[in-house]
Amino acid sequence: MTPWKPTLWVAGGTLSLLALSLAAVTQAAEPERDYQKPLPPAPPGEATFQPPLERDIPDNQYGDMVRLGRDIFINTQQLRGRYVFNDQNCSNCHLDAGRLADSAPMWASFGMYPAYRGKNDRVNTMAERIQGCFTYSMNGKPPAAGSEPLVAMQTYLHWMATGAPINQAMPGRGYPDLPEPEKAYDPARGAEVYAQNCAVCHGADGAGQQVGDRQVFPPLWGDGAYNWGAGMHRVSTAAAFIKANMPLGQPNSLSNQQAWDVAAYINSHERPQDPRRRTMESLEATVETFHQHGGYYGRPFNGQTLGDHANYGQDERPATPDA
Amino acid sequence: MMRMAMRAPGLLVTLVAIGTGAAWVGPAWAADDVPRGETIAQQGNGQGAIACMSCHGAEGMGNAATGFPRLAGLPAGYLSKQLHDYREGSRQSPVMQPFAKALSEDDMRAVSAYYASLEGLDLPTAYQAADPADEAEWLAKRGDWGNVIPACNQCHGPNGQGVGEAFPPLAGQHASYLKAQLNAWRNGSRANDPNDLMKSVAERLSDEQIGLISDYYATLPERLSTASIADKKEGAQ
Repeated sequence: MTPWKPTLWVAGGTLSLLALSLAAVTQAAEPERDYQKPLPPAPPGEATFQPPLERDIPDNQYGDMVRLGRDIFINTQQLRGRYVFNDQNCSNCHLDAGRLADSAPMWASFGMYPAYRGKNDRVNTMAERIQGCFTYSMNGKPPAAGSEPLVAMQTYLHWMATGAPINQAMPGRGYPDLPEPEKAYDPARGAEVYAQNCAVCHGADGAGQQVGDRQVFPPLWGDGAYNWGAGMHRVSTAAAFIKANMPLGQPNSLSNQQAWDVAAYINSHERPQDPRRRTMESLEATVETFHQHGGYYGRPFNGQTLGDHANYGQDERPATPDA
Repeated sequence: MMRMAMRAPGLLVTLVAIGTGAAWVGPAWAADDVPRGETIAQQGNGQGAIACMSCHGAEGMGNAATGFPRLAGLPAGYLSKQLHDYREGSRQSPVMQPFAKALSEDDMRAVSAYYASLEGLDLPTAYQAADPADEAEWLAKRGDWGNVIPACNQCHGPNGQGVGEAFPPLAGQHASYLKAQLNAWRNGSRANDPNDLMKSVAERLSDEQIGLISDYYATLPERLSTASIADKKEGAQ
């Protein structure tokens, strides 16, 4: 694994804005698609679906691919430097290696793709959805369709969805929709929730904790975290995940208000740039096109404008699939 | 032979944490803590606390038969917190509580720094898939999510070697001690974990799981070392 050098946050000065405007002219005019936009809410009710057990993965080439996909899912850091440029693993946000209901389980999402998305007026495939995770949640580069990592992950998901209905929304998919909080969510209140409930694992600085070179508790902001385009940077998505899944072993222990507030606190911190910013003229245009969801990107906060920088992480290349 | 290496002493870790401005509310460590702690560990403090080594062993390795825990290489902040909690009563032990009450603040800081400075385990951190047929390993690496039990290693780190000051190493700890602690959390007699994180998990563990996981971590360093030697032999052939 390559050593991770923290990058300085560069404020978007005139020079970098000019560079980005030029880049926007020379690259495709069409903005990148919004792969991380959540599907409509899952139907209510108890999740009853049971994915197959790992001891029953068949002992053949299909099974080998399932196991490889499982290993990538849990230890996504094995793709560090190739497709992953932050400190995250898929299983951070999809608990129990993508098996846990209300933790965006893979058995429930698998059958929902291909899915039409009005936002980009396209039918998106599961491969594209996974690629979106690499671009945003992993702040990386998407493996090409048909490449081994992507085939392995698709096979793992396919196996996990054994017996699940196709093209039918299942209870337990995604994170359970959280009702709007009584009081408007507030990062300052969230800071207290964070200090009391989250900092013991994720650190007061949000950088998580490592043992040797292995990330144990994931970073929530800063260079090692998901970028400004990831689904998790939405306050609503993070609040829903936190409520249903955090702290570990204590699901639904925070109040709705606490979950919203702490999600706002976490997501009002700086993180790597939204890769779609490369194709947009300005921060304002990026906000206008992609960030109309109550998040903090492009908003003034504590004396600075969040997301006003050119830190795309370790990989400076555009986020297009490898050939 | 088990692969061993010096764990960064708690003293150093704390200084670094302060240097980077991280919030850390533990005691301020002094330069002579380690030698002072060693003296107390070997001779007691002359104020009612007997030599720690009488129960925890000359090298701080504890005692499996009596369930006295290994202290060598545990984080200083963790050890110091346990001593304070024994004194305040949020952690209970008829053996330890009187000694903790006989230790001054300085004494607690010193013995914690001393034990943290001793050689700890340095186990592999690389990802290794869990064997679905091995119930204990599955619990350690994958958990029992059907019963809302996260994997032990999700908080205690790869191979249960501990994470930071709040999540102590489990690997190489005596099974008798681990089992007693899990039972204590489950029945409420130990309640000094941050945010009840351990309590919420322990309450869901079955007797069988407690037995399996305690044995797993107690024997893990030895099994990893055997596996590593076997790998090397295989590689050489």
